[in-house]
Amino acid sequence: MKILVTGAGGMLGGGVARKLAERGDDVTVLQRRPSSLAGVAGIQEINGDITDSSTLLRAVEGMDAVVHLAAKVNVIGPWAEYEAVNVDGVRHLVAAMQRAGASRLVHVSSPSVAHGGVALIGDGAGPADPEHARGNYARSKAAGELIALAADSSALAVVAVRPHLVWGPGDTQLVGRIVQRAREGRLPLIGSGAALIDTTYVDNAVDATVAALDRIDVAHGRALVVTNGEPRPVADLFARLCDAAGVPAPTRRIPFPVAWAAGAAVEGVWALGRRRDDPPLTRFLAEQLATAHWFDQSTTRATLGWTPAVSLEEGFGRLAQWYARP
Amino acid sequence: MTLKIAEGVDPRWVRSVATAEGTWHVLDNQAVLDREPVGTLLCVHGNPTSSYLWRHVIAELSTGDRPWRVIAMDQLNMGWSSRTGRRRLGQRLDDLGALTDELGIQGPVVTLGHDWGGCISLGWAVNHRAGLAGVALLNTAVHQPPGSALPFLIAAARLPGLRRLVTATTPIFLQGTLAIAHPRLTPQVRAGYLDPYRGASRRGGIDEFVEDIPVNAEHPSWPALQGIVDGLPGLSDRPALMLWGPRDPVFTDLYLRDLRSRLPHAKVHRFEKAGHLVAEDAEVARAVRQWLEDDVEPRLPGSPAVPSHRTTDGLPEVIQRFLPDEARRSLWAPLETRAQDLSPALVEPTGHGSGQIGSWRTTTWMQLSGDVHRVAAGLTASGVKPGDRVALLVPPGADLTVALYACLRIGAVAVIADAGLGLPGLHRAIRGSAVKHVIGIDRGLLAARALRWPGQKISVGIAAGSARAKALGAGLALEDLKKVTLIDLPPAPAENAEAMVIFTSGSTGPAKGVVYTHRQLEGVRDALRSAYKLRTGSENPYDDDRFVAAFAPFALFGPGLGVPSVVPAMDVTAPRTLTASALAQAARALDATVVFASPAALANVLATSSALTADDRSALTGVRLLLSAGAPVPAELLTTLQGLLPQAELHTPYGMTEALLLTDVDLPELVAAGPGNGVLVGRPMPGVEIRISPLDADGRASRTETTAKTAVTGEILVRAPHLKERYDQLWLTQRETSTTDGWHRTGDVGHFDADGRLWVEGRLIHVIRPAGGFVTPYGVEQRIQTVPGVRRAALVGIGRAGAHQLVAVVEAPDAELGVAPLELAAAVRAAAGLELVAVLVTDALKTDIRHNSKIDRDEVGRRAAALLAGSRSS
Repeated sequence: MKILVTGAGGMLGGGVARKLAERGDDVTVLQRRPSSLAGVAGIQEINGDITDSSTLLRAVEGMDAVVHLAAKVNVIGPWAEYEAVNVDGVRHLVAAMQRAGASRLVHVSSPSVAHGGVALIGDGAGPADPEHARGNYARSKAAGELIALAADSSALAVVAVRPHLVWGPGDTQLVGRIVQRAREGRLPLIGSGAALIDTTYVDNAVDATVAALDRIDVAHGRALVVTNGEPRPVADLFARLCDAAGVPAPTRRIPFPVAWAAGAAVEGVWALGRRRDDPPLTRFLAEQLATAHWFDQSTTRATLGWTPAVSLEEGFGRLAQWYARP
Repeated sequence: MTLKIAEGVDPRWVRSVATAEGTWHVLDNQAVLDREPVGTLLCVHGNPTSSYLWRHVIAELSTGDRPWRVIAMDQLNMGWSSRTGRRRLGQRLDDLGALTDELGIQGPVVTLGHDWGGCISLGWAVNHRAGLAGVALLNTAVHQPPGSALPFLIAAARLPGLRRLVTATTPIFLQGTLAIAHPRLTPQVRAGYLDPYRGASRRGGIDEFVEDIPVNAEHPSWPALQGIVDGLPGLSDRPALMLWGPRDPVFTDLYLRDLRSRLPHAKVHRFEKAGHLVAEDAEVARAVRQWLEDDVEPRLPGSPAVPSHRTTDGLPEVIQRFLPDEARRSLWAPLETRAQDLSPALVEPTGHGSGQIGSWRTTTWMQLSGDVHRVAAGLTASGVKPGDRVALLVPPGADLTVALYACLRIGAVAVIADAGLGLPGLHRAIRGSAVKHVIGIDRGLLAARALRWPGQKISVGIAAGSARAKALGAGLALEDLKKVTLIDLPPAPAENAEAMVIFTSGSTGPAKGVVYTHRQLEGVRDALRSAYKLRTGSENPYDDDRFVAAFAPFALFGPGLGVPSVVPAMDVTAPRTLTASALAQAARALDATVVFASPAALANVLATSSALTADDRSALTGVRLLLSAGAPVPAELLTTLQGLLPQAELHTPYGMTEALLLTDVDLPELVAAGPGNGVLVGRPMPGVEIRISPLDADGRASRTETTAKTAVTGEILVRAPHLKERYDQLWLTQRETSTTDGWHRTGDVGHFDADGRLWVEGRLIHVIRPAGGFVTPYGVEQRIQTVPGVRRAALVGIGRAGAHQLVAVVEAPDAELGVAPLELAAAVRAAAGLELVAVLVTDALKTDIRHNSKIDRDEVGRRAAALLAGSRSS
């Protein structure tokens, strides 16, 4: 099968591309900058911007399926940038696929699209809700998911997968930041540290995304949250991640209201200074780290015929090995 | 004002029906029924509600193989029906008759009414007996019970000037009624009740309804009300149902008692947590359907035989009641045969309840026998009749024994609500038990006064006529009853007469009253005697058993068994207060051979054993049998106890308030069995049958299948001659936990092992349901409790049932509270042997008051879920 993977420069996208190529699919990857995937057997690389319609049309031409991961994922920035990539980018991709006759789209989304800032406790995947989603990232991803799923039809099967907090060896987003902060002694626990948070080991997220493509006949039209199904108190998670990386676990605690207020202040400073890097703390992050986020995985697993192959415990072990590598 | 279809109302139900007096808004499910209805249920709302009250009932009865047509009208001047001139009770009865004529309703008809609609529905029933198939009532009244003041709220609302302001000019009365729903109504449901009454002009009917309550014989509606009351005896041959919300400031339990006296055959269920809006607060629809199926439908002409609810095929139709060889022997029989016996029957510490060990007071059999006889006569003389309920608020000892056996003898029903329920639980228990007399010590009478328990008060330990007695409202003293002239006692009660009401511990919901008949109490006594080979009537009295009664229910059976007993010096409301010295000195006071105690008491005995003197220790060597009852007890605790009681066989019976003695296991067997999935409770006692109702993959117990196979986990079902008769005024609970062939569903889950021994794995409501299966708590908790540093553990599920995640909450005195440190969490996870999302440390797991051992896993689960939800839970 000829498959286009967008956003393959990231940990999850790269994993998906490799997995598909390994099993013999004809994979093309599209991302802004050349990547290490270019040399992998069975993978061809196109460099280009998702916001450019002509690039998209060229990339989609002749494809059977698209796995769409390209997104603006920063936690801060002006709305127009999110909209261009995460909303309009999806619209252009869908239009290009319809024109090119590509028949399958796996749209990689995020549980935050249905999240109004309250605790998620054993929930399933609610509908994407751009009005109530928190922050520019979640709002734009919510709008994008709605566009993707609205395109689901007999000619084009669309499924949305929402992996939650993907981590693994080489991860710069979640594990990298936590470990770096902990190493600098700047990683506090917010609130009691008891908020129960479900995460996804990267190999499991890869498998689930591939399974969504393989099972799109039954899964299309739906949004499916993907996690390890092993939630842990955030204090436990931090301690285990730090343990694996060989850095001291956090002991300092900040009450949630303080963290939230601090996040607001930091956002203000960043906005005033028009800074483009990610700030150390935002209200969104404070909420994420202080409220429960875990999910009922029964529908996802039954629909995809998938279960996580790597347990949390094994994941921590692999992470420790990676950090211990020479 | 345009009609709004409220949430929960199917638009297809809505009809408009005109009679000469006005236009009625009617909910009628006829249009949605897909088969011929069994009959018609006529639902009449009260004030200030509307037909909206019945939407759940309509929805429920519209479905299934045997649907009912349900007609619920808004009364004229009420709800969405038209506004007419003033309508008094008699007029309203005529109006309703005109409506049913217009609708062409023919029998069979069952009425269902609430509040003043209950009264009106009964009026319709009395006037339409021909097609009447039954009557059902929610909180209502037809009469002011003697001694009850006009309820405060209604009285306040009737003050001239104030009434109209409260009922019509403002919606205070309406909103007040909605505000007392438990739990609170959603905004959508509130709107369903409020919308028909927007604007003072639409609320005139509410005002008139309040004004129309006939408070005295001069009131214009009095004759109509009296007509209804007079017609009620004519309904004695029709099934009746009363569903009650006791948390009702207007229609209190006094009104329920009055209604029961008028329709004594009615099935009664009190939804303990529900109030005036019982149709919103409780599962009224389900209860009505069950009652229609059980009591109404089988009596309809041409109805197919409805199968009685039985557990399984292949079990005997007729209960194989276990009967002892001897003929029936009353509970007070030993008091008659030993009426001249001067040996001790009861020994108790003087100044009891204080926990101080001093001297002992001995009551001989002769004295006890005489006192019981005289108090029985005294109670009779003071108006206590057979069947009257008498609350006994007296700690264990001679006074309680005398009062109890006197009640039993004259056929009065002893209501024993112990302090282990806590004061709120005690209050609910007494208030809900239709008690007519209270016999109590000062603390009990103080509570009776403060909480306004009804009935005649008889004091214990306070002289009648004293200022204190007067202050407590006690006109009689137990001591004085012993001095009355002996009169002939009423005939001994029949074996199936009610004898006693005792209460569940309330650790899994409100405490339930449990009714025992005389025959069943005799069965408990006989089971106790035969299971433990209690020795009485030996040639040499010293060969007889004598017991230390440190565990309440069994302590009461001493006189009935003819076994002398001693109450140790302890605070009987707190088992933990039994010290080793107190136990030893009680044993020495009577040369005791048997000890009844609870695990919490025994734990404290061990903790205080260093204070034992050589004399104390030698007194304990005379004990041949120790029974640890009330809750599971760890084998380690018993093993250590064996050191203090070297001659004793250590046994732990398994039972519950509803079935006090079911199985038994002794220490050697507990030790030999070792750990397993649950708590080993042993083999059935003689006469006890036990089956398992298997849990399905979702953790629900089968309603039809039972098994005795090994290693099948399910709800434990029991049958024995000494089971309870029923739950008190909890018809639905009784219906759902018992079968017509005599089985009681215990609510415990467990399994049989290969040796035919029963293991208890937890409470059914505490079974955790992760995806793809179920987990029972006890076995896992016991494994976790082997982790060093963990004192006690509870396993709970959080999230949605069917996708539960497992959390262990542990008492670990050395660990910081909150999320357990990694090493402790790892050890707990390893011991548990299953996937735990979190291990939390708490300072104290919430337990019941009575046993101090039954963990309130619901509460523990709620707290764990709240903590794990983080700082901004929704």
